[in-house]
Amino acid sequence: MTTYVFPMLVFATIGLVAGILLTVCSKIFEVKVDERIDTISEILPQVNCGSCGFSGCSDYASAIVNNGADVNMCKPGGNDCAKKIASVMGKVATDVVPQVAVVLCNGDCNATKSKYIFQGVQSCKSANRFYNGSEVCTHGCLGFGDCEKVCSEGGIIIRDGLARIDKSKCIGCGKCTKACPNHLIVLRDIDKKVDVCCSSTDIGKIVRSTCSSGCIGCKLCEKKCPNEAIHVENNLARIDYDKCTACGICAEACPTKAIRLCDMVYN
Amino acid sequence: MKELLVILLSAMLVDNFVLSKFMGICPFLGVSKKLDSAVGMGIAVTFVMICATVCTALVYSLILVPMELEYLKTIAFILIIALFVQIVEMILKKKVPSLYKALGVYLPLITTNCAVLGVTILNIDNSYTMLQSVINSLGAGLGFTLALVIFSGVRSRVNSADIPETFMGIPSTLIAGSIVSVSFMGFSGLFG
Repeated sequence: MTTYVFPMLVFATIGLVAGILLTVCSKIFEVKVDERIDTISEILPQVNCGSCGFSGCSDYASAIVNNGADVNMCKPGGNDCAKKIASVMGKVATDVVPQVAVVLCNGDCNATKSKYIFQGVQSCKSANRFYNGSEVCTHGCLGFGDCEKVCSEGGIIIRDGLARIDKSKCIGCGKCTKACPNHLIVLRDIDKKVDVCCSSTDIGKIVRSTCSSGCIGCKLCEKKCPNEAIHVENNLARIDYDKCTACGICAEACPTKAIRLCDMVYN
Repeated sequence: MKELLVILLSAMLVDNFVLSKFMGICPFLGVSKKLDSAVGMGIAVTFVMICATVCTALVYSLILVPMELEYLKTIAFILIIALFVQIVEMILKKKVPSLYKALGVYLPLITTNCAVLGVTILNIDNSYTMLQSVINSLGAGLGFTLALVIFSGVRSRVNSADIPETFMGIPSTLIAGSIVSVSFMGFSGLFG
């Protein structure tokens, strides 16, 4: 009998001592955690995209509570999320302008040609290493769908060798902007609508020879724009979205249709 | 003095717990992504090892041996290690929250880190004195830290290297780990 009971008693004593030590330590090293951080973490979509500028959703949640960060910085969460967080924090939420990703390239397989047939690992990253990709234009969409693979919402498809974004599905997380080796995908406010769908900084003559719908830097858009919102820098038209009113005059003026008014689902 | 130095260096280099005895592989693979967290983890493990060694040696010689309960040493040691891990966790949460966050789930997992249990049991098996035991666990902890730090450097290179997709992540990490381990074989026979 003692063979069994004795060790049990010894271990119960050791356990008890350990338990008391832990209780004492937990009192000494107690950390008070604000309950609101957990509540806000639950409201946030937990995509951990980092588009708010903090490293992950929980980091943003603690920044809201501890450092008074704005409640409307979560783009995937949108207005609903901002309102819920605002009610937790007792603040009034200002509207979040949702963002969408746009592909700044127009070069589908009708507009541009291939230099060679790429048969390596079927990704934009590896194709881009090989003579800047298989397309004639070295700035354009490679069409192997690295962006399609990272999109958690299934909002990107490759059609005719060009990535196209379904704006109704896009949550503006920006993962695709990091996946594109040519940095063709950018985020912009959803109501801005006008995009220069070309990223080539080559001179007009070269662009003309490589792609039928690239920006040739003719500056027609710059002259027509009533708000001085568009300027040609490095042979490429760029839109200042702070001034742009999405009137679409530049899109009509563009001779190669590189500037487009993107109101439809796929651009 | 010379003997202590031999114990320290052999625990650190020749019988490195991670790379020669293959104990504590979980944090070795889990926390070696960044140098900061690798150093933090190493220090935490070293601290737990030394505290646990002192306590287990006392419990073993003062409680278990007189009561003839040596056969239960594993369970008793696990209990004591778990206690120290909990305390370290509380201290880190209070004093260094950033490290607490970086270590994440691997911090409570020190409890099940067999390197800690291994060093305490090896101290008993080698019938070391108290001072020798502490030196041995210090060496083991430093060796663990060294392995983690070296490996985090290797790993940052591996991550930025252009490797085939099939080998990305865990496979390349394991291969790199084995190569680092082979390099530590060079220390075998250093003392004898």
